[in-house]
Amino acid sequence: MTVTIEKDATRTLTVPPGARRTPRPRGRKPLISFGHWWWALPAIIMVVFVHYAATLTGGFFAFTNWTGLGDWEFVGLDNFVRIFNDPLLVGAVWNTLFLAFGSVILTNILGLGFALAINRTLKTRYILRTLLFMPVVLSPLAVAYVWKFIFQFNGPLNGFLAAIGLPELQKVWLADPTWSIWAILLTVVWQQTGFVMVIYLAGLASVPVELEEAAALDGAGIFKRFWHVTVPGIRPSIAIASTLGIIQGLRIFDQILALTGGGPAGATETLATQVYKQAFSLGQFGFGSALALVLTVIILVFAILQQYATRDRDAARKA
Amino acid sequence: MFRYTKLTALREVLIWIVALIGLLPFYFLINTALKSDQEAFTTSAVAPTTSLDFGAFIEVLTTGGRDSIPMAILNSAIITAGAIAGLVLFGSVAAYVITRRTRAWTNLTFYLVLIAIILPAQLGTVPLYIGARTVGLTGNALGMILLWIGILLPLSVFLYASFFRGLTTEYEEAAVIDGASPTQAFFRVVLPLMAPATGTVAILAGLIVWNDFFNSLIFLGGSTTQTLPVAMYTYVGGLVSAWNKIFAVVIISMIPILIFYMAAQKKFIQGFAGGLKG
Repeated sequence: MTVTIEKDATRTLTVPPGARRTPRPRGRKPLISFGHWWWALPAIIMVVFVHYAATLTGGFFAFTNWTGLGDWEFVGLDNFVRIFNDPLLVGAVWNTLFLAFGSVILTNILGLGFALAINRTLKTRYILRTLLFMPVVLSPLAVAYVWKFIFQFNGPLNGFLAAIGLPELQKVWLADPTWSIWAILLTVVWQQTGFVMVIYLAGLASVPVELEEAAALDGAGIFKRFWHVTVPGIRPSIAIASTLGIIQGLRIFDQILALTGGGPAGATETLATQVYKQAFSLGQFGFGSALALVLTVIILVFAILQQYATRDRDAARKA
Repeated sequence: MFRYTKLTALREVLIWIVALIGLLPFYFLINTALKSDQEAFTTSAVAPTTSLDFGAFIEVLTTGGRDSIPMAILNSAIITAGAIAGLVLFGSVAAYVITRRTRAWTNLTFYLVLIAIILPAQLGTVPLYIGARTVGLTGNALGMILLWIGILLPLSVFLYASFFRGLTTEYEEAAVIDGASPTQAFFRVVLPLMAPATGTVAILAGLIVWNDFFNSLIFLGGSTTQTLPVAMYTYVGGLVSAWNKIFAVVIISMIPILIFYMAAQKKFIQGFAGGLKG
């Protein structure tokens, strides 16, 4: 309230009514016009076009058999029946979920571990943070090529297994139907751990040292302190790290194309790689859109679930 | 009470050991890239290079042609710079109007932007590609720039909006009282104060655009205009296991980003920790 009064006082003192740029027809209009209303127009048009119109059109294509050229027909749910009757595509759905959950679980465990380990007292914590975050800024494709080298048959991983006396575990990792998806998971986890660590470091910085000290003085051991003091303090970070991780994990594409191309025999296909192959390599725009719709629904379901989960926790804490 | 004790020193050493093991892939990367063709093929991956051969780098960088690596670097730089410029210009003015003017339509617009951040982009890719192909915006840098501005504007508007909310209106009021027009007040007074927001937008958008593979693969597919990741993908596809050359390309693609990262690592980390929350 006081602010309003001060502003009014300034106005009467400095600006004579006739010289005001913006006339004040009704009570609480601001002193000046902030820019021009049409400044928002380019952004609104582009967002509506690129995000809303395109997504809605894609949703419509999902129910057609359009191939990008010529006529198309409305085929109802045929595309979806085809998806869920094709073992390769059902496998792709499972692989998508496996990579998303696998990467979220592993990056959160490792990221939180690193964050707790370097959080305080370490003399070199800023150097460690810079080094451990470095993979995050690199192109996923470039990182995938480095790991492709590590996983090749005469690469460092098999060399290591031979060196520790376990040559029977050696494999052609990226051509192995069981292990190739784990190789992709490891590549993703290596690159994303630094990102999760940084989110947790930001969260840990907001946990007051005094609270931890008080708990320690009251006799709480390291695990009790972690569970009852640290974890409640970093709950928002847990929510952010897991939501972003799931959304990113469901969209993994570059690493798969670089490491296995979806093989061997479709063992590492995901919805993202199949959308690309069906729509853009095979020109089945309708069917590809149907796959994209499945992926979109999965992403939205998890995003909304996460939002609810975190909102409830916040509400419970305030109550 | 949390003092630096012998136990802390032990912890520090242990973490460094773990971190160095974790960073081993960088050793393989640099070491192999510096091997000669023959050495890369015959020696073990762990064995340090004895030749310190920069031949692979020279070969990659001196190969000419429209879809060569040097051209791809140029294309990537143009697209990234164009996208950042557009995102800063359109994002900042839109966020300014949305946050400063309190009307029903500005609130509605803000929600429109927020939902667009959450909305997954996959479903729109096919219609966007067909639309872009129809109007001749596939296969060229302008089309990519417009596409990226469209895709990342919600993020840009959201970041600017949260910064504008924290800035008092007194600066632009003072400017207007001193005779500035609303346009001058914004571009000469408000936007310079928003340098931290502009930095965050530039870093996040720059990284996403520079590193992108999926959109470039689709929207530039089949043309001679290629971005660095796509050119890398094509180039590597032609070299079965000439790892010294593959890694030379990989390192060249990483260097520009790493220079920026080393120069402004704090800003990068803050941008990621705070900026992507939306």
